Amino acid sequence: MKHENSNGDVRIGFYICHCGANIAGTVDCPAVAAYAAKLPGVVVSRDYKYMCSDPGQELIQQDIREHRLSRVVVASCSPLLHEQTFRNACAAGGLNPFYFQMVNVREHDSWVHTDRAEATAKAKALAHAAIRRVRFHRALETAKVRIHPDVLVVGGGIAGIHAALTLGNAGKQVYLVEREPSIGGHMAKFDKTFPTLDCAACILTPKMSAVRSHQNITLWTCSEVVKVEGYVGNYTVTVKRKPRYVNEELCVGCQECIKACVFKEGKFPDEFNVGLSKRKPIYIPFPQAVPQVVLIDPERCIQVKTGRCKQTCLEACADRHAIDFTQKEQLVEIKVGNIIVATGFKLFDAKRIPQYGYGLYPNVVTSIELERLVTSSGPTAGDIVLRDGRTPKSVGFILCVGSRDLKTNRWCSRTCCMHSMKLAQLVREHTDADVTVFYMDIRAPGKGCEEFYDKSLKEGIQFVRGRVAEVTDWALAPEEEGKLVIRVEDTLAGFVRRIPVDMIVLAVGMEPQADAQEVRRLFNMSCGSEGWFLEKHPKLAPVSTFTDGVFIAGCCQGPKDIPDSIAQAGAAAAEALALIDKGYIEQEPNTAYIEEADCSGCKSCIPLCPYTAIAFDEAKQKATINAALCKGCGTCVAACPSGSIRQNLFEDEEIFSEIEGVLSYA
Amino acid sequence: MPDPNWQPRIVAFFCNWCTYTAADLAGVSRLKYAPNVRVIRLMCSGRVDPQFILDALARGADGVLIGGCHIGDCHYVEGNLKTLRRFQMLKRLLHDLGIEDQRVRLEWISASEGERVKMVINEMVEQVRTLGPLNLPKRFADWDREMTSLEESIREKEREEAEVVHA
Repeated sequence: MKHENSNGDVRIGFYICHCGANIAGTVDCPAVAAYAAKLPGVVVSRDYKYMCSDPGQELIQQDIREHRLSRVVVASCSPLLHEQTFRNACAAGGLNPFYFQMVNVREHDSWVHTDRAEATAKAKALAHAAIRRVRFHRALETAKVRIHPDVLVVGGGIAGIHAALTLGNAGKQVYLVEREPSIGGHMAKFDKTFPTLDCAACILTPKMSAVRSHQNITLWTCSEVVKVEGYVGNYTVTVKRKPRYVNEELCVGCQECIKACVFKEGKFPDEFNVGLSKRKPIYIPFPQAVPQVVLIDPERCIQVKTGRCKQTCLEACADRHAIDFTQKEQLVEIKVGNIIVATGFKLFDAKRIPQYGYGLYPNVVTSIELERLVTSSGPTAGDIVLRDGRTPKSVGFILCVGSRDLKTNRWCSRTCCMHSMKLAQLVREHTDADVTVFYMDIRAPGKGCEEFYDKSLKEGIQFVRGRVAEVTDWALAPEEEGKLVIRVEDTLAGFVRRIPVDMIVLAVGMEPQADAQEVRRLFNMSCGSEGWFLEKHPKLAPVSTFTDGVFIAGCCQGPKDIPDSIAQAGAAAAEALALIDKGYIEQEPNTAYIEEADCSGCKSCIPLCPYTAIAFDEAKQKATINAALCKGCGTCVAACPSGSIRQNLFEDEEIFSEIEGVLSYA
Repeated sequence: MPDPNWQPRIVAFFCNWCTYTAADLAGVSRLKYAPNVRVIRLMCSGRVDPQFILDALARGADGVLIGGCHIGDCHYVEGNLKTLRRFQMLKRLLHDLGIEDQRVRLEWISASEGERVKMVINEMVEQVRTLGPLNLPKRFADWDREMTSLEESIREKEREEAEVVHA
């Protein structure tokens, strides 16, 4: 063996944690400790109720001092949870933290097995493996790498806006990249917000303007991240800036060009009003859009498409010269230390549930369409009307459309109950229509939400419990003529009902963005099975991801309402700030290195490294590894034909001894 | 005659970012699976040296399971592609050595697929159970004994021939 410390002269302390009953309930901890005590090199072997507690950590430190321990092994939970805790305890006891090894007997043993004898045997084998392995550990130092203080925020919805402002206010330079021509996201489309019924625009617009005027925030709309390279503290990001054919610096948002467009009337579906109104090829997404800059739709503009337009817009813009048909797509490279991904959600496509008649019956609308109808700045200036212009006398809300449904999406979209009750109250306010809400369960857990439900009940909104079977216009009774009939089993009354209404609102749920998988790959994140971005820990690290320096906020992580999105955005900003203000990050010293004497100079390792960390020293005819570039995957180590590449923390002898250990059946 | 108390022994190499995390998730979700698999954590499945697999089998494992991130999702860009390439070569070698295909398995399991950890482990344990013990250490001992006795008989013969010539 190559290392001096691989001799038998180590003094190992072994500890197994009961974790209350989490481990001790299935694993016979005293038996494991007794078994470990007899293994070579073990001088202290204990079982203790909670190793991660202060007394537990103190126990390790005390033993290091009293028993002159040179190695420590703790069998408890996953190293992904508490490895750092115990490394710190070792360091506090005066031992190099990398003389520590952790054994996972909770997530990989006591929680997944039921037979006590088998679970105990497995714990013994895993402990044996670590005790054998730790003998080969060496004292290592962590490398410190400086953190670039700038931050990239991806997505300009309410979560992205809040994160960018928080960081900007803390004096950090922020790049806010938004795919759409304006920031604001879904919230900008809302009229009021539940449960306070305060106007969405009134609370959102000031934040949007603050982003625009903030000296620390660089806002790029019509832009997408296309490439991310590097690692925490040092990311190089390429952003694609799509042309808007209007110079952002020169345009003042007077909108004279829109008036002057050769299209006298809007002709194309307006995205912001979810197709309920028409816009021209040159337009501004909505009155409060940030930036207040018009843009040209290249798919619709005659000049961009054919080059044969009178270009009346140019004349209207006169000497400002803001309109620029020569704009091209640009790729911009930026350097940042942290990234916050807040790319939001998409709404469920109601056409996927054909029995509800969306797209078939004109007066079946989605909740976001109704939202645009109630908004005073919307296509009807706040009048709730049917497609033929009449005011509805009765409105039915169908909840859980594309949520809590095995055929579409299993999850609860969390906001639709409250959103629908809010819309129901607004319908009552704007018309005197009868409102009936068809629900499975009303979920109103947020602050003030149950009270809002009570208010809805008191205001005469009818609630019918039952999943709606279908919507039909086939009248079976005179009162059903000319109406939409909702067929539902009223599970409280216990019979099937037919309820005729004028308008049906489908409370569509939230889904991951269509390109969530691509975005996930771009930022090296994981997705849960549903497609939402996966947080590092569901409780303890809800905005972190498995990639250090990449955080998630808002609905890209899962459905949530505005307060929760903002809370997450603030949390993500704080996590990024914590890294930035520390100034450096400590890198796990699991890098690969070369035993020069053994290297034959075959160069087979060089093309394997995706980080170009391996170079060839022509003078010595040996490979060399740049530790600063190495990420510690160990691929080259496994491939080296002469075994001359080694990896700190994952040395060959460490792994071979682990193999021997796990195969020991006591 | 197989030992009625025999239980398959499987060594697993899981990458830190996807499959090890998925196994943690299986634990947090309290999924229950066969206790025959013992996991060794590596940073990337690309670190799995074919020697690890051979060593595990030689030391008495009845099967080896390797878990990595899905192709395209590797935390280190393409370590799992290297694993795949090596694995396919090793499989041919193992095949020639008479080690059944189901004993050595490579699986892509992402961090969110706790359920899949359970499924793969249970399935593999059952497959290996059907195959029976591999028991290479005992076979090595048998082969050694066979070799010794062969060599012994050769030497015996040589002695006899020498005696004949001598006579």
